[in-house]
Amino acid sequence: MTMTDSAAHFDIDLASDGLLRLKAFGDWRARYMKPIDAALRDFADDSVGRDIIIDMSGVARLDTAGAMVLQRTFQACQNRTVNSKFIGAHDAHAELLRQIESHLAPCHVEPFHRNAFLKMTERLGEGVVNATRAMLELWDFIGHTLVSGAKLIVRPARMRWRATVHHMEETGLDAMPIVGLMSFLIGAVIAFMGAKILRLFNAEILTVQLVGIAVLREFGVLLAAILVAGRSGSAFTAQIGSMKLREEIDAMRVLGLEPIEVLVLPRVIALIIMLPVLAFCAAMLGLVGGGLVSWLVMDIPPALFMAQFEENIGINNFYVGLIKAPFFAFVIAVIGCFQGMEVEGSAESLGQRTTLSVVQALFLVIVMDAFFAMFFLEIDY
Amino acid sequence: MIETPDDYVIEVQGLRSQFGDHVVHDNLDLNVRRGEIIGVVGGSGTGKSVLMRSIIGLKHPDAGTVKVFGSEFYGADEKTRLSIERRWGVLFQGGALFSSMTVAQNIMAPIREHLGFEGELAKDMAALKISMVGLRAEAGANYPSELSGGMKKRAGLARALALDPELVFLDEPTAGLDPIGAAKFDELIVNLKETLGLTVFMVTHDLDTLHAACDRVAVLAEKRVIAVGSLDEVRRTDHPWIQEYFAGPRGRAALAAKAS
Repeated sequence: MTMTDSAAHFDIDLASDGLLRLKAFGDWRARYMKPIDAALRDFADDSVGRDIIIDMSGVARLDTAGAMVLQRTFQACQNRTVNSKFIGAHDAHAELLRQIESHLAPCHVEPFHRNAFLKMTERLGEGVVNATRAMLELWDFIGHTLVSGAKLIVRPARMRWRATVHHMEETGLDAMPIVGLMSFLIGAVIAFMGAKILRLFNAEILTVQLVGIAVLREFGVLLAAILVAGRSGSAFTAQIGSMKLREEIDAMRVLGLEPIEVLVLPRVIALIIMLPVLAFCAAMLGLVGGGLVSWLVMDIPPALFMAQFEENIGINNFYVGLIKAPFFAFVIAVIGCFQGMEVEGSAESLGQRTTLSVVQALFLVIVMDAFFAMFFLEIDY
Repeated sequence: MIETPDDYVIEVQGLRSQFGDHVVHDNLDLNVRRGEIIGVVGGSGTGKSVLMRSIIGLKHPDAGTVKVFGSEFYGADEKTRLSIERRWGVLFQGGALFSSMTVAQNIMAPIREHLGFEGELAKDMAALKISMVGLRAEAGANYPSELSGGMKKRAGLARALALDPELVFLDEPTAGLDPIGAAKFDELIVNLKETLGLTVFMVTHDLDTLHAACDRVAVLAEKRVIAVGSLDEVRRTDHPWIQEYFAGPRGRAALAAKAS
């Protein structure tokens, strides 16, 4: 057998007896098939129903791609008479050609597609049904969580302190630097922007009120909640979701451990305790940022800032900010855990659920904040 | 017959693999001959998969050399590596199919990338491989998540065979398959090896597979290959783990099944 490594090529001649002869030469391997594929297809299209003899004696090497292309050409031309055949093939090549013969049926490549309009309608319907179902399930989950929480009040011994403290560290303490830095910067920015506008009215001193009210009432708690939703809400989903994928949740159930009690409550309680703490620190650092800018940019010394602050900003602003924190914490933790429990099947679903958890938590936090703002405005607090 | 290095597709010499302080392989030697199916066995944690990963370029050896097709893989330039990689196919344990593509698209991915096939030719190739591994034509349009474990393995094998490799690595090909599916898979591998002239490097736990498919068996223990040879030769080796492995109830059952 000659081992010349020359590209696959072929000659065609129409003999006087009406037989097509295709003589194949060279190396019929996958890498050489691309250039000759189109020519062979054209040849096959022109030769439908003719008798063909494929002479393999010039073929040095053959792999499945080469065998497939030759067989395909052969099948397309031949009109099933005895005259059509392969000749001159080495034993191994003949065997490969024979093996390939039964594997030439085309396969499906693209997933099954339906009518676009039907598909759109289906998606719409599916979306509505799923949204309704998800909402009901979320209420169900919140109910379960509250009932489990109530049971804990009756029997505090069942409280999982170790897990709770662990989550307090992870969601609270570890988040402190980033939350602090962000709110420090936001406080500084508010002071800066405020000063710029208020200077037009010669009322720069009001910057103190602006910073104080904005940071205490809104930004401290909101920033803390947003960062925690991104940081811990997603982590809850990922942790619980990966446990779900590894059947750990099922294992817990059959061992008589209630996942809500073991996994969800410690997280919810930890966040309810820690988010107010984070919000408090955020508010304080926001004030520091605002104060610093006031001092450096507007020459309002800290003593004056404090005096102005004490005189004009009621403690109620501080309470308004902090009272929102546990509610936000509950929503973030419950959504995070709920989406984790909803993970099903594949790692892809885990990713989707984690995204969903953050988006929903942020959405609900901001909606709730708006409701709180309206509520406190109504009661004039 | 005197063996020359030309007959070896894989040559591992003095391989040392470690993770931190934990040494998995120390001074491990293994040669794989052209055209054979070699089964690598060993207890859990003896580094069967690590050995495979060291050969296919996923774990850099801490010492020693790994030669595939006569050229050293590690330390080779990009072009040499690519030319070696095009000559082998790997079936990972779970199939490792790309989840965002259908089975046919999975198989077409390396064909498009490396051979530049487009359109009908790429589809024909995918159809051929799908049929050769014993999947139905409709399975080509399925996403991996819609397949059973056995179908995933077959689809993974089809992708491993996409570029007509000379050498195929199989990581526990029959793990997780029912006995009927596992036996069919063994049959498929032997059949493909004979048709395509493959060399197969197989990591396995399955005694039936060793009997049904493997020409030679390499046993991993004590951080190296303690025995390599035909199944009968290895079985006669006087090593406690080998004795326990082949003389245990499962080993005897597999032997009985082979004899009957």
